[in-house]
Amino acid sequence: MNSQKLGTLAGQAIDFAPQTKVERDQPAPEAPKQPRWTHIHAPDVRASVSGTAWRGMRRELKVFLGNYNALFGTAILLLVALSALLAPLLFPGDPLEMVARPFLWPGQNPAYPLGTDSMGRNVLAGIVHGARISLTVGLAATALGLTVGIAIGAVAGYFGGLIDDILVKFIEIFQTIPSFVLLVVLVAIAQPTTATVTIAIAIVSWPTVARLTRAEFRAIREKDYVQAARSLGFGHARIIFREILPNALPPLIVTSSVMVASAILMESALSFMGLGDPNRVSWGSMIGAGRDVIRTAWYLTALPGLAIVFTVLSLNLIGDGLNDALNPRFSEDR
Amino acid sequence: MSAYRRIGRTISRTIIQAVPTMLGIVILNFFLLKLAPGDAADVMAAESGSATVETMAALRERFGLDNPILVQLANYLNNLAHFSLGFSPRYGMPVADLIGQRLPGTLVLMLAALAIAIAVGLLLGSLMAAFSGRLPDRIISVVSLLFYSIPGFWIGLMLILLFSVKLGWLPSGGDSTIGSRLTGFPALLDRARYMVLPATSLALFYLAIYARLTRASMLEVKSQDFVRTARAKGVSPFVLTTRHVLRNALIPITTMAGMHFGGMLGGAVVVETVYSWPGLGRLAFEAVMARDFSVLLGILLLSSFLVIVANAAVDLLQAWIDPRIGASR
Repeated sequence: MNSQKLGTLAGQAIDFAPQTKVERDQPAPEAPKQPRWTHIHAPDVRASVSGTAWRGMRRELKVFLGNYNALFGTAILLLVALSALLAPLLFPGDPLEMVARPFLWPGQNPAYPLGTDSMGRNVLAGIVHGARISLTVGLAATALGLTVGIAIGAVAGYFGGLIDDILVKFIEIFQTIPSFVLLVVLVAIAQPTTATVTIAIAIVSWPTVARLTRAEFRAIREKDYVQAARSLGFGHARIIFREILPNALPPLIVTSSVMVASAILMESALSFMGLGDPNRVSWGSMIGAGRDVIRTAWYLTALPGLAIVFTVLSLNLIGDGLNDALNPRFSEDR
Repeated sequence: MSAYRRIGRTISRTIIQAVPTMLGIVILNFFLLKLAPGDAADVMAAESGSATVETMAALRERFGLDNPILVQLANYLNNLAHFSLGFSPRYGMPVADLIGQRLPGTLVLMLAALAIAIAVGLLLGSLMAAFSGRLPDRIISVVSLLFYSIPGFWIGLMLILLFSVKLGWLPSGGDSTIGSRLTGFPALLDRARYMVLPATSLALFYLAIYARLTRASMLEVKSQDFVRTARAKGVSPFVLTTRHVLRNALIPITTMAGMHFGGMLGGAVVVETVYSWPGLGRLAFEAVMARDFSVLLGILLLSSFLVIVANAAVDLLQAWIDPRIGASR
């Protein structure tokens, strides 16, 4: 995130491995060169190299674990994930069913700690079940977007030339169209279900990944170890997946956590507008329903919104932490 | 190279790059329109309430919907070349006119939000850079991350709750007092009161981005030689920050602001539905609810076009701010 913080983080890691000591003493630009060399896969050095690679990962883990913000984010996310997993056990039955008198305020009835909404539905059950849909859509859309984005970006960046020109134009078209407007159009055309919402979010989010992957591939393509792999006669697929991709991963990992966050935001905005799956309860649709009674029962709007804020915040904190841990140079450049 | 030639070169390069992109978007738009359930004949038949197979066929023939798809595409392109986006049966007026009515509202809202985001973002970012690593930096950085995580529609509702429902300071929706006969400055003030909340809700997300970006690029510029020279020369810290550091840190921020134009348009869709702001976003929402796809895709096309224009404007702005940019390519 910043050079000062990095300095202290490197200082904390000093006791664990001799190589980090070197890193601390030298100015920042020298530091990231170390992990660059850990991915050489020439047959005779592989055994000796794998140990270094492991130590490198451990250093990054230490940096991540030394970052309280990131730990806080991880804790929140684990809590959300846990409640999503346990939702059917904690609140069996349909959360869309009426269970009590409508408009019970939080704390009014101990059986419904967060109250009930205008239809007498349990708000806490809705929030816990809503975590399921938010996380499912967020993760699935990100996985899909990453796959497509990496595939297209890798092909464009690795091969270059005409293929690159065409694919870049294609990416540009999708980046030019305002993504949320496109998302609304896609979901409106394809009828809102969880699957179509997921696919639509993936369609609007892959171009970022493709751009990033392409840039990384173009930079790494020229490195000596890739030339070495090429001269050893490795095929394109092997060079792409075994030599370049592992080295292009750090910025992609950072991006993916931010992508999950923005996918959750997009899903909630869609279901707030009434474009979510009507048969599933989601945080956005709860806010949309609470909106009409905001003057009398504002907790119905506030509570699911807080759930979104905390989940998205946790993912962004994790993204920041990952960025500091995996990409010291990258984060400093920005 | 003179400034004019540099800018002229940037313009021609931008236009050459924009044409294929625009064409691609138009074609994509056309196929999305084809994918949408029901064509214009279905819509008109549904509106009229009675239709036979024969009248449907006649309608299709009249609109050219029975032609091969490529001929239809050519017709669509031909219509676009005449600035015709089709006709909306729901509103009973051409889509282009409908969009033209709503566009100014959205543009004003977006410009206000952008102005707030950049002004406050620059301020917070400068503060963070000035106190980097110390307590103010950490607090602002957490706050900006929080802004970055809040959904625009939710903060919009919360602002309505606080400032309209509880405090009663600001109106909760619309764009001006209905039936008021204010003119001149009071009318402007009235509109501004209606704009504060929606513009703020739209701005918060981008404010966070600009604050972080300003901080990063100011820290980078600060470490450069000319800043040290200026400091050695005895320039006061305030002048150093504003004239030397901030000015150079502005380049990445203008780039990002141009890139965010599309995102902001999307954000405006949601914020406008919250505040019943009469703009494109509200129109898009109504079109979705009415399943009026010709309007929806007209908005998509026009907003993509606006993004291209905005990007070109940013290119020009940068060629003007920084002489190195236009000349090097």
